[in-house]
Amino acid sequence: MPSFSATTGGVEPTSTTGRSVGAVVPHTAHFATPLPLACGRVLPQYDLAYETYGTLDSARANAVLVCHALNASHHVAGYYADDPDNVGWWDNMVGPGKPLDTNRFFVVGVNNLGSCFGSTGPVSMNPATGAPWGSDFPLITVEDWVDAQAQLADRLGIRQWAAVMGGSLGGMQALDWAIRYPQRIRSALVIAAAPNLSAENIAFNEIARQAILTDPEFHEGNFHAHGVKPRRGLRVARMIGHITYLSDEQMEAKFGRQLREGLKFSFAPEFQIESYLRYQGEKFAEYYDANTYLRITKALDYFDPATRAGGDLARALAPATCRFLVVSFTTDWRFPASRSREIVKALVRERRDVSYAEIAAPHGHDAFLLDNPQYHAVVRAWFDRIGEATPVSQPAQELPAHEPVSSGP
Amino acid sequence: MMNVDAPVANAMGRADYATIGSWIATGARVLDLGCGDGALLRFLAEERRAGGYGIEIDDAGVLASVRNGINVLQSDLERGLAGFDDGAFDVVILSQTLQAMRRIEAIVTEMLRVGREAIITFPNFGHWSHRLQVLRGRMPVSPSLPYQWYDTPNIHLCTVADFDAFLAARRYRVLDRVVLARGRAARFAPNLTGELAIYRFRKQ
Repeated sequence: MPSFSATTGGVEPTSTTGRSVGAVVPHTAHFATPLPLACGRVLPQYDLAYETYGTLDSARANAVLVCHALNASHHVAGYYADDPDNVGWWDNMVGPGKPLDTNRFFVVGVNNLGSCFGSTGPVSMNPATGAPWGSDFPLITVEDWVDAQAQLADRLGIRQWAAVMGGSLGGMQALDWAIRYPQRIRSALVIAAAPNLSAENIAFNEIARQAILTDPEFHEGNFHAHGVKPRRGLRVARMIGHITYLSDEQMEAKFGRQLREGLKFSFAPEFQIESYLRYQGEKFAEYYDANTYLRITKALDYFDPATRAGGDLARALAPATCRFLVVSFTTDWRFPASRSREIVKALVRERRDVSYAEIAAPHGHDAFLLDNPQYHAVVRAWFDRIGEATPVSQPAQELPAHEPVSSGP
Repeated sequence: MMNVDAPVANAMGRADYATIGSWIATGARVLDLGCGDGALLRFLAEERRAGGYGIEIDDAGVLASVRNGINVLQSDLERGLAGFDDGAFDVVILSQTLQAMRRIEAIVTEMLRVGREAIITFPNFGHWSHRLQVLRGRMPVSPSLPYQWYDTPNIHLCTVADFDAFLAARRYRVLDRVVLARGRAARFAPNLTGELAIYRFRKQ
């Protein structure tokens, strides 16, 4: 697996207080029970790659699920013994003494279905054909992911999460947990998220998809059979996405109009920003799967819990009973603070317990991956409160112990 | 908005909390505007099982409120209370924040839109020590107004008599009024002896 310094890759996270969880080992859980999907199809069997940090307490009440965004994975924290530079994408948030303290909480990171880092997705073998699923892999939704995560929770013996936490698309998963599994979640941290995508958000996703779909080497998704990869499409998709993760202010500060070696009157990269975007696109095309990118952007586009309640977000959130922490960042224009405020307003209308922090940060959407002191202090305080709260009593029903099925991706 | 008077609250032993608490029905829905560190909401949750939200603009206040375990929403009161429905709360509290706000009429109107009742507390500019300092030709500095003229966040100071007139002109019905002097209700000439005014009022 490639190294993710950040999901969206814009700014390198800096170290914060606390230590690393150290060397970690990914696990794979196999599920033989078919999973019905929102699209109407059924996944006959599937694998979920996951990692855990910390220790599940005897009441199994200290588990926290961390959901990933567009292109990250189950590798949330720590590093791999044989690949020490491959540091988890939220390593500044999760670890001993960090805001989500693994000395107190048992943290689970899971790779979502349809992704390309170990969980079943387009690059996996389709047992029915013996070839990679490729374009035949179903389109998946946030709800499908959460249903699969619930299966993993059962497998790990976790009846109720102390918290489900995520940024961006990960925050949408936390929101969905709160709505559709209210008994299984005590608190939700919805960070840099939105209740659905705006037309502009969908528009950016569509350009990214078109870049991939029109790449001659895409071969309608079956590029594996042709021994090629739609790199050009992936590169452009990543470049577009990347712009939306940064703020104008941050880009100006980092690159401005800096040139690499003066004007050359050519289409070679002349401005630093061009060279940076090309580098990011190149890196991404190397490790990411095009079919996965198409599906995850679609999952983003489709997410809209209010549609199940006649367009009324408050009514959609009515089943939720957990405590919410909603966080937004002032320079995030991909999912601006106003979108988080919509979630807050709906929760207030339903008289739910919710706190909302609007973090002043210059880094745009990417800010959720960085260790802004106020942001991390608020998350830390939130987990301190959760740690103090008495968990609801566990049901008598015995669940299987946490037993990784197999190791390594 | 962060409470601008933390030293005052401490100096007064949070005597206003007890007064406010006595006016809050058990289980009431409360909105605390400018909730600071959330101590009042926590007090009301513990003493009155009151639920609701605090609004705070300041980062330190939001963080302290999360630590206090109350529901805090980071927002600028000057933008109004558009996030809240009409009549969503039993009581809306503005504790020692009024004097630092720009648009007084707007916030009072909003309070009585989203709440059935409003509780407003403010430092009484009419206190004798303030009057004396003005007579001597200086801007007052006191335990309830601990700032110098050049660094004060207070832009709309008023006296008990001023606020009485303000409410009367708008035909609001005053349900309770307590003016605290050294933590106790002032019996004699409250506009002269009182440091902190606490009002509970509603529409007619």
